[in-house]
Amino acid sequence: MTEQATDLTVRKALTVEAPQERAFAVFSELMGSWWPLEGKSIGSAKAQTAILEPRAGGRWFERGVDGSECDWGRVVAYEPPSRLVLNWQISADWRYDPAINTEVEVRFVAEGEARTCVELEHRGLVQAYGDHAEQVYAIFDSSDGWGDILDRYAKSAGS
Amino acid sequence: MTNSGLNALGDPTRRAIFERLASAPSAVGELARECPVSRPAVSQHLRVLKDAGLVVDQQEGNRRIYRLDPDGVGTLRAYFDQFWGQALAAFKAAAEQPTEEEPT
Repeated sequence: MTEQATDLTVRKALTVEAPQERAFAVFSELMGSWWPLEGKSIGSAKAQTAILEPRAGGRWFERGVDGSECDWGRVVAYEPPSRLVLNWQISADWRYDPAINTEVEVRFVAEGEARTCVELEHRGLVQAYGDHAEQVYAIFDSSDGWGDILDRYAKSAGS
Repeated sequence: MTNSGLNALGDPTRRAIFERLASAPSAVGELARECPVSRPAVSQHLRVLKDAGLVVDQQEGNRRIYRLDPDGVGTLRAYFDQFWGQALAAFKAAAEQPTEEEPT
């Protein structure tokens, strides 16, 4: 119980009807084709796409409609087609901050020739955001559509 | 609880207490020794955190021990849970689209 209290790791898993290589490529090289940008860009310009440089040590950033770039973090591990680790270095006031170290690990497990299980873990949240939770909330709350969703979540979590 | 739990963390002393409890469950006296505020003030902060659903207390012998409430802390977690749920749904849709420009 107490361990769970301080462990804010988010875990997700889903099955994708696509080969392992394809799932990995879409998540990494083709991130710009799916990453939800609306209301959540951190640059001064409206974000146009999300870019992940396909190599360990590569940058992970958004590019605005005016061509400006805004870092999100780094690629820690790039192991196609099975594993990807990213640093998400966005602070509570929604700016790039290299001191922030939340880590996103994504594993791609082949379940057949055309089916892949994708497991995602986002770690280090309490360290990064525990002391700025109200700011995080304000940011998410101000984004389109997030307030309602979060309120529903918060209600179910607190009731 | 809506956003009251997160608003409760707007005060720096309460955040310090919250972080202290994240590392180890504690009694009021222990917290008061480590915080630059009086014991009654610590009690008041704990009450706000408790009302906000972020900490719970439990009598252990003659001491009342405070610790983080897993459900309250889960609110923060829920942000990211929701975010990844949305992001991965979009990812799934993209991954399952027929490939065009890429070799298979």
